[in-house]
Amino acid sequence: MLVAVKGDAWNSSVFGGLGTNHMTALDSGPSTAPKTFFFNDPVIRGIVCQIVVAIILVSFIVWIIGNTAANLTAQNKTTGFDFLWKTAGFDISFTLLPWTRASIYWQAFLVGITNTLLVAFIGIVAATVLGFTIGIARLSSNFIVSSLATIYVETIRNIPLLLQLFFWYFAVLNTMPAVRESYELPLDSFINQRGIFVPKPMPDPQFAFVWIALLVAIAAVFGLRYWVIRRLETTGKRFPVFLTSVVVLVLLPAIVWLVSGADLAFEIPVLERFSFKGGVQLPPEFLALLFGLTIYTASFIAETVRGGIQAVSHGQTEAAQSLGLKEGDRLQLVIVPQAMRVIVPPLTSQYLNLTKNSSLGAAIGYPELVNVFSGTALNQTGRAIECIALTMLVYLTFSLLTSAIMNWYNARVSLVER
Amino acid sequence: MTNIGFVRSELIPAKPAPNRISGPMAWVQKNLFATPMDAVLTVFGMLFLLWIVPPLFNFVIGQAVGPSGTVEECRAVDAGACWAYIYNEMKFFIYGFFDIAEQWRPNIVFALGALLFVPLLIPKVPFKRVNAILFLLVYPAVSYILLAGGVFGLLEMPTQKWGGLLITLIISVVGITLSFPLGIVLALGRQSTLPVIKTLCVAFIELIRAVPLITILFMASIMLPLFMPQGTTMDKLLRALVGVTLFTSAYMAEVVRGGLQAIPRGQYEAGASLGLGYSQRMYFIILPQALKHVIPGIVNNFISLFKDTSLVYIVGMKDLLEAVKTKNDSALEWQSSNTATTGYLFAAMVFWIFCFSMSRYSIFMERRLNTGHKR
Repeated sequence: MLVAVKGDAWNSSVFGGLGTNHMTALDSGPSTAPKTFFFNDPVIRGIVCQIVVAIILVSFIVWIIGNTAANLTAQNKTTGFDFLWKTAGFDISFTLLPWTRASIYWQAFLVGITNTLLVAFIGIVAATVLGFTIGIARLSSNFIVSSLATIYVETIRNIPLLLQLFFWYFAVLNTMPAVRESYELPLDSFINQRGIFVPKPMPDPQFAFVWIALLVAIAAVFGLRYWVIRRLETTGKRFPVFLTSVVVLVLLPAIVWLVSGADLAFEIPVLERFSFKGGVQLPPEFLALLFGLTIYTASFIAETVRGGIQAVSHGQTEAAQSLGLKEGDRLQLVIVPQAMRVIVPPLTSQYLNLTKNSSLGAAIGYPELVNVFSGTALNQTGRAIECIALTMLVYLTFSLLTSAIMNWYNARVSLVER
Repeated sequence: MTNIGFVRSELIPAKPAPNRISGPMAWVQKNLFATPMDAVLTVFGMLFLLWIVPPLFNFVIGQAVGPSGTVEECRAVDAGACWAYIYNEMKFFIYGFFDIAEQWRPNIVFALGALLFVPLLIPKVPFKRVNAILFLLVYPAVSYILLAGGVFGLLEMPTQKWGGLLITLIISVVGITLSFPLGIVLALGRQSTLPVIKTLCVAFIELIRAVPLITILFMASIMLPLFMPQGTTMDKLLRALVGVTLFTSAYMAEVVRGGLQAIPRGQYEAGASLGLGYSQRMYFIILPQALKHVIPGIVNNFISLFKDTSLVYIVGMKDLLEAVKTKNDSALEWQSSNTATTGYLFAAMVFWIFCFSMSRYSIFMERRLNTGHKR
């Protein structure tokens, strides 16, 4: 016992964590209690440590608040969120929401969020497709395919994203020809210094039926899936779900389109004297950010996918083979479900990384949240603390939402696990 | 021999030898044309290589303008990369605005760093402890005196003049050395049973990990001066260092926590039953095992940090990337259609070499320290 108490004297670190339980068990006997100096009791010491840390923390915060208040008064600056309802008076080059110079800061905040979400959403979809393709290609038995995938991954993920953004923006898209000498792309699209111009779909009111048909088709696919799984479990009969789903998803809206006679016109961009008129303009800032984020994140997703597939032991493949499953079934029923369990958690954190990395758009002038709010709005209002706090709050919300969804998913998956 | 139907009485004839199991042709057949699908993929792969490699080769080497070239050659219609531009601006890319007459000082710092750091990386070199103390305690002080000057008759050199690769290396080396211990402390705090300490660490780690580095740097650059007492001026480099270190330490904490969780509870209990106190248990038993488990994660964090140094332009530092960008935009005497591309290509190669060697070294270290944890 003496040794334990002596050893416990080493327990002087602030983080007396794991020792606590153990030593409490040893010291709990009434005969030893009087012998120990009170500070050697881990419970008391834990409390003392925490009080000390709390006092230091609180005084640090008070000190910072005092300094900030003094600094702000010295600079004649006011604080508060009242500026959110004042007219912003600056232009934003690319918005989804309506925006004029008369709009207020609160709207600028929303414009920033939607622009961030737009590039993040498209980027996530594209990076997932590219990343899965390359991750699987890296495992290919074909030497050329796997080498190309390896070269891609090892090159892209060892170069800073900001550098890649600069490359796409300054070295590729900025060196595109002037508007008058635009390159023509397929489908009546054009590319020039001001970005890519694509035709804008102009659906007439009748087109609503097609959307409804699409929704019905999606519902039908879910119903079909439910029915097929039940039939498989009760009778063991199988059904080509994927093929049928694709047919339903394409055919139903197509038939409705033809029957209703809805007209889908396209507004084609036309070159006028100085610029294109009509169509949709995708500015180079947006394109550069999208390319950069997609290509960069895809290299990380590829590694995640490769790791996930390799985590499924080879015995599983052999077991499936010995059960007589065909290659497609083997992948679909045995390998992929197990690999997905390993892949999904890091995949979500890659999605979150992509969303956070979209803030680098500020460096090439894409008006996303950081650029609009921690950049322009902050400079105009001088409310540094408020602007940065609101910006951080948005990312914090994204992150908390994602981890909430992940916890739910993990709970669901671990139910399946034995 | 009795006449049992199912017993073969004579040997079956030998199978013909497999026609190719080794040699280049067999390799080609197995790795390139195993199935019809493979053959198609191989053909497409070849076509892709043919499409991409010759132009790339021509740009980087074939039609490139060498170090001794002139800007007129770079402006030629079919010219490739303009390496002459890189060669002529190299000093700016490495030292930033550091006075040219004083550039021997960063050179000594680089040389000393290599001299002290390389032996640390090679396992066979002795005197690791002395070496580490020299590198972690003496070297930073010497480097600071050499770079900043103002004493011993050295010309004073404010940090605003530092730049280029020098800044990139300073921030990443300082960031790595400081964020590692800080991350371990945070990870241990997160594992603690004391609620105040645990909450504090969890809140710090989760808050930092939730927001992009760019906002942390904004905060360091705009809000940090507000937090300090009136009249304190904070050096820009210091702001960048604070931001980068805090950011990386949160990620480091999560990696280390993964390692701590991988250690079986019996190890903690065994340590305690030997009579070791908390810090002894951690230092001698838990951390050595935990850190070994997470070497790949730690190095990945170092690589991220190295790449993230490119963001310090937010606080107004001219790191390697920002130095290249500045010259791309402002060096009018080198203006040509390939200047920007060449500049970024150069920066990419420098970053790539550092990051790739770090990842290779981590694989080497992982293999060396692998003492039977893998099944």
